[in-house]
Amino acid sequence: MKKTGIFICVCFALLAAFPVFFLAAGSLMGTGELKELLQPVLTGGEGFASWKLFPRYPTLRSYVELLLDSPEFFVMFWNSVKLTGGILVGQLLVGVPAAWGFARFSFPGKKLLFIIYIALMMMPFQVMMLSNYLVLDSLGLLDTLTGIILPAVFSTFPVFIMYRFFEGIPEALMEAARLDGAGELMLFIRVGLPLGSPGIISAMVLGFLEYWNLIEQPMAFLKTKSLWPLSLFLPNINMEKAGLAFAASAVVLLPAVLVFLAGQDYLEQGIISTAIKE
Amino acid sequence: MRKKSAKWKGIFFLLPSFFGVCLFWLVPYIDVIRRSFFGAVSGKFTGFSNYITIFQNSAFQLAAKNTLRFFAVCIPLLVCLSLGAAIFISEQKRFRQMTKSFFLLPMAIPVASVVLLWKLMFHDQGLLNHLLSFFSIEGQDWMNTESSFYVLVFSYIWRNLGYDIVLWLAGLSAINTSLYESARVDGAGEWKCFTKITLPLLLPSLFTIVVLSLLNGFKVFREAYLVAGDYPQENMYLLQHLFNNWYRDLSLDKMSAAAVVTGAVILLLILFLQKAWEKE
Repeated sequence: MKKTGIFICVCFALLAAFPVFFLAAGSLMGTGELKELLQPVLTGGEGFASWKLFPRYPTLRSYVELLLDSPEFFVMFWNSVKLTGGILVGQLLVGVPAAWGFARFSFPGKKLLFIIYIALMMMPFQVMMLSNYLVLDSLGLLDTLTGIILPAVFSTFPVFIMYRFFEGIPEALMEAARLDGAGELMLFIRVGLPLGSPGIISAMVLGFLEYWNLIEQPMAFLKTKSLWPLSLFLPNINMEKAGLAFAASAVVLLPAVLVFLAGQDYLEQGIISTAIKE
Repeated sequence: MRKKSAKWKGIFFLLPSFFGVCLFWLVPYIDVIRRSFFGAVSGKFTGFSNYITIFQNSAFQLAAKNTLRFFAVCIPLLVCLSLGAAIFISEQKRFRQMTKSFFLLPMAIPVASVVLLWKLMFHDQGLLNHLLSFFSIEGQDWMNTESSFYVLVFSYIWRNLGYDIVLWLAGLSAINTSLYESARVDGAGEWKCFTKITLPLLLPSLFTIVVLSLLNGFKVFREAYLVAGDYPQENMYLLQHLFNNWYRDLSLDKMSAAAVVTGAVILLLILFLQKAWEKE
């Protein structure tokens, strides 16, 4: 009974990861093979589409075509890099000190302010969509990458995650450093940053996965197509260029999977810190 | 404990963040609340008429109904599946880390990358119907019939299962193993251990997990939109689609009222969550 349960569990786990294998296989297939397999979906006709886990004649042609003959792909790739990078750097500069301020100090109104931060972090984009539009409009930031980056820099989500980790630093350590004559800024840099680094990394990993995947904001606020990130590129590829679509999907996937593999422990800690209070 | 002089210094750490939060989030949202009581064109105070308009709007009713139905189906399903998986994962040693990684992986997969797969999978002549035909089950056109709702459910469960499993595992690992040992000595079986020890002790985590799952649920719009566009099959039409379409038409009055209503419901949930955390 237990054995079968575990077996089923492992099967489901493999199923969950199936898209990765699917895209990897598809991106290595030649146009002929893809056409043959997907004919019914692509052009109609009889029967069903089918699939193979391994390409019969593996080829890198789709990747070559994507990387050499699709200049718009590069533009969008860089847009994604600029967006994600800009947001994460901004969150580090603004969010880390804020989390420290919440975790280690008490001042009047702190509790209310913290509840506001939590409420803002949990609001879905659609609720904030109109207010976002109004502020970007009045600042003249509509249709610019800055207009996507700035509001995200001030997202309260990373503050909350890092707060949870900073909070766990024992007060005795701080007292000891204070007795040595360290000022508040020194404490933050010498004690807070190194001891809270798992929290900072957790917030960055979660942030990367979120912003690499950003869809709603660019869709609503960027009219100029040359500013779009990769996440909006793929749905525009025609199904007839299936090879290209597979290669592009795989290239978008790659950085996210690498960050996932390198940061999985931090990712888990970050998830847990959103839910469980010690 | 802390030095008195240090108290107010914390404000300096917070100041940049607080300034930005006010400018980009808080003040504009308050402005939206104000706007929800005014006419978009006339600019005159209209009381609750914007609210009345949206509640009578048939698109709003459809979207709200679908969104509620979506959560009513998904949340219990996700919570139970993830609890089951978490228990099996916690009981095994050899594949533990690997199984967990595989379940978590969908969280990292960009929506844009799976759009292609979803289109091939759920097409009338697609892979899923092909698979079903092996078992002599009549397939259906998943994207263009009532079944489109289940495509949404599937997307949501697939993406969020790992997240909830991690949360349950954290709850499970906090349970003292000596409790099980002494229960077994007293002759309690597996099932009895589960219902009398595991479940009651996990109850406090349940509420948090439900709320977080709910809030993550709004992101299912990404899949729905990229696969099916502005006006998907009726059963897939969510509040998020409605917001998006109103935004495109610049129906600011309807949008502001809907943003306040949805925001208020979510705020209520968060305040409950806050209370639950304080009790712990």
